[in-house]
Amino acid sequence: MDDLPPSSEAAASAQGQSTHAASSHGHSAHDDHGHEHHELGFWRSYVFSTDHKVIGIQYLWGGLAFLFFGFGLMLLMRWQLAFPGQALTWINASNHIGYQWHQIWYHLGFYGTPPIDPVPVPADPLHPPLMQYIFGKDQMPGGVMTPDFYNTLGAMHGTIMVFFGIVPVAFAAFGNYVMPLQIGTVDMAFPRLNMGSVILFFLSAVLMFGSLFVPGGAAKSGWTSYTPLATISDQPQDTIFWGHDFHFMWPFWLTGQSVWIIAMAFNITSSLLSSVNFITTIVQLRVKGLGWMRMPFFVWTQFVTAFLLLLAFPPLEAAAFMQLMDRLAGSSLFSPAGLVIGGTPLPLSGGGTPLLWQHLFWFLGHPEVYVLVLPGLGIISEVVANNARKPLWGYNQMVYGLLVLGFLSMIVWAHHMYLTGMGTAVSSFFQLTTIIISVPTILILSSLIISLWGGSIRFTSPMLWATAFLPLFGIGGLTGIPLAFNAPDTFLHDSYYIIAHFHYVIAPGTIFALFAGVHYWYPKATGRIMSEFWNKVHFWPTMILMNCVFFPMFLQGMAGMHRRMYDGGATYDELNRNVLHWNVFISEAAWLMGLAQIPFIINFCFSWKYGRKVSDNPWEATTLEWSAPSPPPHGNFPTPVIAYRGPYEYSVPGHPTDFTPQSEPPASTQTTRISGPPPAEERSIGFPPLT
Amino acid sequence: MEIPYTLTARPDTGLYNGKLGIWLFLASEVMLFGAIFTAYLFVRLGAEDGTWPDHIQNVWLGLSNTIILIISSITMVWAWVALKERKFNTYRLALGITILCGLVFLGIKGVEYHSKFNHYGFLIKADAMDKYLPDLKKMDAFIGSIPSQHVFEVRSEDLKSQEGDSFTFVPDKNPHYLINLARDKSAVAPEAAAGGEEATFTIKKDDVERWHNLTPAYGTYYAIYFLVTGLHAMHIVGGVVVMFYFLTIGSRLYKRNPEQLSNRIEVTGIFWHFVDLVWITVFPILYLT
Repeated sequence: MDDLPPSSEAAASAQGQSTHAASSHGHSAHDDHGHEHHELGFWRSYVFSTDHKVIGIQYLWGGLAFLFFGFGLMLLMRWQLAFPGQALTWINASNHIGYQWHQIWYHLGFYGTPPIDPVPVPADPLHPPLMQYIFGKDQMPGGVMTPDFYNTLGAMHGTIMVFFGIVPVAFAAFGNYVMPLQIGTVDMAFPRLNMGSVILFFLSAVLMFGSLFVPGGAAKSGWTSYTPLATISDQPQDTIFWGHDFHFMWPFWLTGQSVWIIAMAFNITSSLLSSVNFITTIVQLRVKGLGWMRMPFFVWTQFVTAFLLLLAFPPLEAAAFMQLMDRLAGSSLFSPAGLVIGGTPLPLSGGGTPLLWQHLFWFLGHPEVYVLVLPGLGIISEVVANNARKPLWGYNQMVYGLLVLGFLSMIVWAHHMYLTGMGTAVSSFFQLTTIIISVPTILILSSLIISLWGGSIRFTSPMLWATAFLPLFGIGGLTGIPLAFNAPDTFLHDSYYIIAHFHYVIAPGTIFALFAGVHYWYPKATGRIMSEFWNKVHFWPTMILMNCVFFPMFLQGMAGMHRRMYDGGATYDELNRNVLHWNVFISEAAWLMGLAQIPFIINFCFSWKYGRKVSDNPWEATTLEWSAPSPPPHGNFPTPVIAYRGPYEYSVPGHPTDFTPQSEPPASTQTTRISGPPPAEERSIGFPPLT
Repeated sequence: MEIPYTLTARPDTGLYNGKLGIWLFLASEVMLFGAIFTAYLFVRLGAEDGTWPDHIQNVWLGLSNTIILIISSITMVWAWVALKERKFNTYRLALGITILCGLVFLGIKGVEYHSKFNHYGFLIKADAMDKYLPDLKKMDAFIGSIPSQHVFEVRSEDLKSQEGDSFTFVPDKNPHYLINLARDKSAVAPEAAAGGEEATFTIKKDDVERWHNLTPAYGTYYAIYFLVTGLHAMHIVGGVVVMFYFLTIGSRLYKRNPEQLSNRIEVTGIFWHFVDLVWITVFPILYLT
């Protein structure tokens, strides 16, 4: 459209005075946003809120709840892996605890005799154990997990952790809460769309959680839902319970896997709307003076993450529609002709291919890995710069590395599929891109480590998590390199090595970053600080046990233990004998790690009300969110802020304090700088000159 | 609290928020439809001989829909320009025509869907084909062949009976468009017209490997067809709903803030043009091949 409307010229001149629209266009668009002067009721303030801060906290609570729930599913699975086929009852559990105590005391020399292996006690059929009451007779008869239920737990653990735990916390919660504050704006660009995202996410969460209770149980085809398994699993079930037919309450054809697909479609839509909102906010609503290269690194990571979500999620949505069609309309987009299941040929037309699903899934799946990791890296960058009291080393190269990373992450997906027979040429291409993508990743991680060099580090609560993050994430990254090559991957594929590798990236990686972020921005959100003592009680056991859980898995995997064994590999005892005993150790470490989260839950909940009150800027940080009151009011900044300098001006020589907030006007035209982003320019927006 | 740039463009980007938002949303839509078109390629290239039907859609219906959507795109721009010039009645007229076009499009789509739901395909076992072949040849029926599955394919729009152990139907003739608009009894089958009714064909159920109406379960072509056109039709429905809102309740905004309404119509228009563009891609790959 060449002929611009006359109003855009007026806007251009209005921009000259202030970026804050309050002055430039009056009350014209008021029907769009909540009005700050009148009180909103409970529902509008806390449930159907359009305020980015409330939405961020909603995501945080929801995401954390799902993280713990997903963790709980895994703790159940670990029982079956450690003690295959034993009933999960109080008596068996306490026998094992007693056995371990005896073992410890024996090795310390207090007991003369070694313990006797506990004899599994089957549950009394007349008094079914608690587990049977909770999960039903089909899932855990007599407290023994059925294979189907084991598969359900695995599928739901993956799905919930990735799509309902980490993405909502790392991207939606921190992004919603912190990002608009860091770019100094009043709210997201589309507040009502933001509320729509929360509602969609809530619906998807209810559906996914509810799918555990539909006839036949939840999805059991893995979080990847590979076809044709996912197409034929969860056949329509009868809906007869307690002698009554409940078909009127639930459509018989809507079984676990179909509910999974529908829930994912809601979840994907929610993420898409969020990512549109995030990108628009970052591009359009940065305050005056906040050029691209003055954005905090966290905002950059959210920006790239939003692009990944925006472009990688739709193919999965399309694939989800296709799988739903395969399941409900009987099409065969993912099924080849002549498929025989259990000796019975399937009455399908054929003509599809399971490879199509894998391509579409991993086209999302791999960028999704970076969706999980990048916000974590952003949080760690903020925490490291703040607590090392130094600017980030190589901010520019980190930003450019991040952009390259974002691009490359879209073209590496098929390294998950080396064993599908795609052909060596295709495999070689993806092997090459996968190796290349390690370069920007290592670049960012190295920059973070070098940022610590020579700093006077404050080991605050968030910094503890950040310092643990750096090496553990490094282990996760480096152990991925053998997997990037065709040849070693042929051996390591689908083994416990893979599990260990990606959990090192995500569990001690991203989840530690999330803990760091929770501690770091808690004072901003509540005006109170979380207890440092209880953080240490939480941190040290978690850090040690995390390694106890995942490190032995490398050994198991390299010994060839397959990742999908219902009995933890006991069937292949001959092959796995040397590493099988680690199953018990890993499970016990995992259960103890579950206990170790209790201090965090207590700390998080109690500090909300009873934590120590702190100032608006307790960490003496520089970025813009710390210029707002804690907690920030509706509209965030009482007076509009302007960014006068780069994001990490710590320890600037000549400055009275060791930090210079971005919103602090320059004392004189001459400012001494040590490193970091280029100095303040006359023009307010745009790239710095390349010098 | 006022969110900047809801109404006017930010100077360094030249966009107001809604416009950037819709373009980003369309980027995700490109990926959504892109994935489906990729799936189309994947499935089509991997299709075994005879399983991928060609030239079965009615081109004229598809072409009319293409023209209708292009007209609606023009009237959409017309509506936006009218708002910019503050001609409210013209705006309502143009938007009304756009909505009408959308509804006509859906109507034609419905006709096409209806015909496929009432159209049957029969896969006849190759071993049993010998006894049916002369009859079918005599009727000039369309006969497809899928060598890898050892079956022959016959289609029918007119299933007379499926009682007992056999099917009785009037088989499709060559050329085998699924909807033959010119289907005039005298024109298509002169000998049948003379006898008063069309020749029917009877086949034993035991000789039929599989039969189905032409819905996704019948073959991957139909799965892709219904997926793409169904998703596209849902976008049309969404667009029509939004435009209907701006024609009625939403147009009250005109009195308060005409510039904002015109921005909203512009954003709606960008979406509508995209939906049009998707159809222009769908048309050649499903109708012209």
